Amino acid sequence: MTRHLLSCEDLTAEDAILILDTAKRLGELSTGPMRKLPTLRGRTVVNLFFEDSTRTRISFEAAAKRLSADVINFAAKGSSVEKGESLKDTAMTLEAMGADAVVIRHPASGAPYRLANAGWIGGSVINAGDGTHAHPTQALLDAYTMREHLRSGTGDLQGLRVCIVGDILHSRVARSNVTLLTTLGADVTLVAPPTLLPIGVEEWPATISYSLDDHLPETDALMMLRVQNERMNSAYFPSAREYSRRYGLTSSRMSRMPEHAIVLHPGPINRGMEIASEVADSPRAVIIEQVRNGVITRMAVLYLLLGGSESGLGDLVDEEATA
Amino acid sequence: MTTWHIAGAQPLGGEPVDIAISDGTISAILPTGSTPAPHSTLIEAHGLIALPGLVDLHTHLREPGREDAETVESGCRAAALGGFTAVHAMANTDPVADSAGVVEQVWRLGQTAGLCDVHPVGAVTVGLQGERLAEIGAMADSAARVRIFSDDGHCVNDALLMRRALEYTKAFDGVVAQHAQEKRLTEGAQMHEGVVSSRLGLTGWPAVAEEAIIARDVLLAEHVDGRLHVCHVSTAGSVEIIRHAKARGVKVTAEVTPHHLMLTDDLVETYDPVYKVNPPLRTARDVVALRAALADGTIDAVATDHAPHPSESKDCEWAAAAMGMLGLETALSVVIETMVNTGLMGWAEVADRMSIRPARIGGLEGQGRPLAVGEPANLVLVDAGASWVVDPAAMASRSRNTPYRALTLPGRVVATIYRGRPTVLEGRLV
Repeated sequence: MTRHLLSCEDLTAEDAILILDTAKRLGELSTGPMRKLPTLRGRTVVNLFFEDSTRTRISFEAAAKRLSADVINFAAKGSSVEKGESLKDTAMTLEAMGADAVVIRHPASGAPYRLANAGWIGGSVINAGDGTHAHPTQALLDAYTMREHLRSGTGDLQGLRVCIVGDILHSRVARSNVTLLTTLGADVTLVAPPTLLPIGVEEWPATISYSLDDHLPETDALMMLRVQNERMNSAYFPSAREYSRRYGLTSSRMSRMPEHAIVLHPGPINRGMEIASEVADSPRAVIIEQVRNGVITRMAVLYLLLGGSESGLGDLVDEEATA
Repeated sequence: MTTWHIAGAQPLGGEPVDIAISDGTISAILPTGSTPAPHSTLIEAHGLIALPGLVDLHTHLREPGREDAETVESGCRAAALGGFTAVHAMANTDPVADSAGVVEQVWRLGQTAGLCDVHPVGAVTVGLQGERLAEIGAMADSAARVRIFSDDGHCVNDALLMRRALEYTKAFDGVVAQHAQEKRLTEGAQMHEGVVSSRLGLTGWPAVAEEAIIARDVLLAEHVDGRLHVCHVSTAGSVEIIRHAKARGVKVTAEVTPHHLMLTDDLVETYDPVYKVNPPLRTARDVVALRAALADGTIDAVATDHAPHPSESKDCEWAAAAMGMLGLETALSVVIETMVNTGLMGWAEVADRMSIRPARIGGLEGQGRPLAVGEPANLVLVDAGASWVVDPAAMASRSRNTPYRALTLPGRVVATIYRGRPTVLEGRLV
């Protein structure tokens, strides 16, 4: 891992475990008497959001503030695609204001990669979701949540059976999870109608299936993805009703999963579409926990990227070794 | 007019000879070491390959309308440096070259620049809108004598309009050059649809969207006995369709760009829009098929699809970037790298695919002619053993969007002779 977090491909298993372990420690600390840690005092984190996402933005904002960083929220109305200021000019403006890290959410796949590599800025870049490409902090919080429930909160996810269901084609969450979970040793199955699986998916390190029912008994963690209504207009499936019947998670489907299995969803959920209300509200659904874990995982990422010198992760290990 | 004496050049890589040029034509081919005629200027060419001047079927010169990206003059400078003595200026200017007035303007700008022949391509439909035919006949009859018609950048999607265009152009031996891209299959498309696009989360441009249109068009051309030219063929499947159509006797020709002979879609992993182009970079398997098809003549010509864009159109995120790359100044080097140095083609084939056949497809007289006495003196002298590092800042084009930045490419254009007069000597514009 370098000084950016652009995609889960940037992370080795050791990097990922270090982030998860750090998140756990930060979680413990921030529930203790000192909720706000002084670690990033004097550092500036910019939330650069070219796409509306209140949930992710406030999660990063909370994470940065709990580490005492100064936070600037920059909601860019429309990107250069819509003839506003170009990404380059926006980036250079933020650089001039002294941003130590830029958390970017952008509708164009690869925009964070360009921000980090085009020579426009010098600070760290954290991808908070780019187009249909990647959403690494979401995958980290998902892995954290699975590890807490199914691996006693330590180590990797060796042998864990994870099933991701829904619009794989357009999902940055699915892409990042496939990469991260397999890096951590999990076995991932992707379930979707053939129209919502990308051409080329056969090369991914995952099992592909068109049938949800086939996999329920062998699933430890089931991740349901949001299906957007506009997909219906592009002939990906005939109707919401038909989708829901074939790929929705109902109570009866949930009952066929092992006792210990959990249900995840990156939110916001479509009740009655990909997930039935009674499933979303059941104790096996860990959706609200995912939100809580999102803050501490993002704290860990900010801490490791900004906490030490520019080299980031390695320093924390040294710090701990000498502490 | 000045006379020139080229000493020791090797026509099509053959035995060295001296070539005398006067009054715009090749006046003599002499044994090497011959004494130059009095008052002639010597061009030292020992060790250089002589080829007929290159002809590009597919060039975006951007004028009128986008003079910030390129002008006819700057594009012609780039063409001359690349060894070209004729280019075809695509119709997607602003205003569109869909009337006799606009094509004559481009024609005259080419004449004024005087660095190579500039043949305007006329739009097939008014404003490239794909709705009704442009005044194709008027453009054919104009001073520009347009013979190639294309909505390049857009596909003529309407099968009836395509049929009519293929029929109508028969009246003056014109040809319809199709940018084959099925519209619905490529909505929002950003790159080749395959393994790389699946990982990068970029909307795919499937090979079938090109192949489906080519398949339809060769059948239409066969039905009406019209002439079809397929622009920038990019997939192995397209090659097979064209091969099959040619075997049946369909009047179809095809071109491939230098970048599709060399570059593949994995370059998009950098998200650097310098690699964004339409049709997109494909897979290594496609590259192999395109090279083989160019070598065996299934693909007739190399055409640059030289597409200049100002830096702000490329210095941005991938989705916001314009499609297209420069090609004129690197085309011959890329062909040497991919076709000659690999043993797939010799110099005679290079001349055939980059000069003779493109001139024939465009209906050009005085271009793509043999290096023989009495022929027009359009030729290029190439140092095949040289190599150079591509420096975008050093290019004659007004734009800098070359995908070969910092790459070392073989072969250097030492001199370009256009209508008996050097436009390039010692690798520099005269």
